[in-house]
Amino acid sequence: MLKDITIGQYFPGDSVIHRLDARFKIIFSIIAAVMLFTAQNFIGLGVAAVFILMCYAASGIQFRMILKSLKPIIPLIIFTGVLNLFFIKGEEILFSWQFITIYTEGAKTSAFMMTRIITLIVGMSLLTYTSSPIMLTDAIESLLSPLKKLRFPVHELAMMMMIALRFIPLLIEETDKIMMAQKARGANLDAKGLIKKAKALIPILIPLFISAFKRANELALAMECRCYRGGEGRTRLKKLKASVIDFFAFGLVLCVFGLIIMNNIVFGK
Amino acid sequence: MNAIEIKNLSYKYGVGTPFEIKAVDNISLTIHKGEFIGIIGHTGSGKSTLIQHLNGLLKPTSGEILINARNIWLKQVNIRDIRFEVGLVFQYSEHQLFEETVFKDIAFGPKNIGLSEEEIKTRVHRAALAMGVHESWLERSPFDLSGGQKRRVALAGVIAMEPQILVLDEPAAGFDPYGRDMVLKKIKEYHESSGTTILLVSHSMEDIVKYADKVIVMNKGGLFLYEETDKVFSHAGEIVEIGLDVPQITRFARLLKENGIDIGEDIYTVERAKERILELLGKAKK
Repeated sequence: MLKDITIGQYFPGDSVIHRLDARFKIIFSIIAAVMLFTAQNFIGLGVAAVFILMCYAASGIQFRMILKSLKPIIPLIIFTGVLNLFFIKGEEILFSWQFITIYTEGAKTSAFMMTRIITLIVGMSLLTYTSSPIMLTDAIESLLSPLKKLRFPVHELAMMMMIALRFIPLLIEETDKIMMAQKARGANLDAKGLIKKAKALIPILIPLFISAFKRANELALAMECRCYRGGEGRTRLKKLKASVIDFFAFGLVLCVFGLIIMNNIVFGK
Repeated sequence: MNAIEIKNLSYKYGVGTPFEIKAVDNISLTIHKGEFIGIIGHTGSGKSTLIQHLNGLLKPTSGEILINARNIWLKQVNIRDIRFEVGLVFQYSEHQLFEETVFKDIAFGPKNIGLSEEEIKTRVHRAALAMGVHESWLERSPFDLSGGQKRRVALAGVIAMEPQILVLDEPAAGFDPYGRDMVLKKIKEYHESSGTTILLVSHSMEDIVKYADKVIVMNKGGLFLYEETDKVFSHAGEIVEIGLDVPQITRFARLLKENGIDIGEDIYTVERAKERILELLGKAKK
């Protein structure tokens, strides 16, 4: 059923990683991404991968979740792998058959690129696995707050994101209900053919849109009734607070980053 | 003849996830053709899950469902045909309206059956009449109607398929007392004129006993009680124990009994209580 889809894929927990300030976690993720792209050889990539896996171990997220996060990008991984494998030319021929020639360099680059993408996605997923969507929007708002000086509507943007996230599960539930109701009236949702398929969606989309507009209207009214007027002077229920652990973790991440840069200098490509 | 036969039905939500919940637990029951059955139970007692099995929206985790003596999950049975045999009206059914006009919306079900234009037209008018949908509304947009009017249009939309079994989940939820009585009365009238088997889910025991011949009481996913309406309130104590309400007059009769005046255990309407009390007084006078 639709209800079983998890959005935001947050896994509640109480590990060190969970407790880290979400702002720091976002910065760490950015550093990790930069790190993965600065690593120029397998040793550097290995160090980064081991570090990320250690973070997973510390977070208590099950390892099979790693596989789950990779599922949607399998085509991308394969595409990158194949492209590099066949189109990079080198000196040493590894394999040759008719018009296909694979060079050692190609095989190496292909493996390197695939590992890089996999590590990147796995690393980024840790952020969404261990921080709730609300924590993330709060953190983004806080990180972007310097832009307020440029009159960029940071708070409004964060509020919009938050409302959208909050409404996704509600709308999914609603879709589920409407689908059931129309199926009960004999709607043929598994119709074949593009036009028939599009037509079959009308009885679901129209009630869904109507209810979404109605909800939006009601929410706006409720917010206005409580005198909501933007972010100025607003206090928070859960304040983001950086602690010693966050700075310690920051140091650790920088150390790993330094290790990788050193490795690049010592071993080169 | 049996309209519905349920054998050892169990259903679990979220099988294989940490959130696995048993919503319906080993229910077996038989409903005869033409009966008017009331289903009552707490939120989360499994009523809604149970009724979604009747037209094949949910597939049982274990057990069997027979509609008109036919197992609906056999390979040769087309589940869509079952949906035309068992009409299901959801809670807040007005949310399902989508067409440009009321007529077209009521015609959605019959059209899906594949009936002729002529037949669709007569069915729409018949269903509209049965649910008190005014002729003049038929060419209007359903979104211009009031909440109560929309609900009746939605009910007519299912009734227009003329199912042999009609299942209604809280058809009067959120209505004022006048609207409640009106919708439920229309349903009762439809039951009497068409002979359709009806299952009515409700939170209100007063509504159920007023209209149903038999009552199903559900508790924590299990079948707690399945009795004729007359006999249900001999279990009034147990019903109160699982946290359900009994009609006011039943509570009154129980209080009388506790104080030594027995007017019987099958009291659930004021009329009957009045008769019995007068009877008792008459006896006392002699």
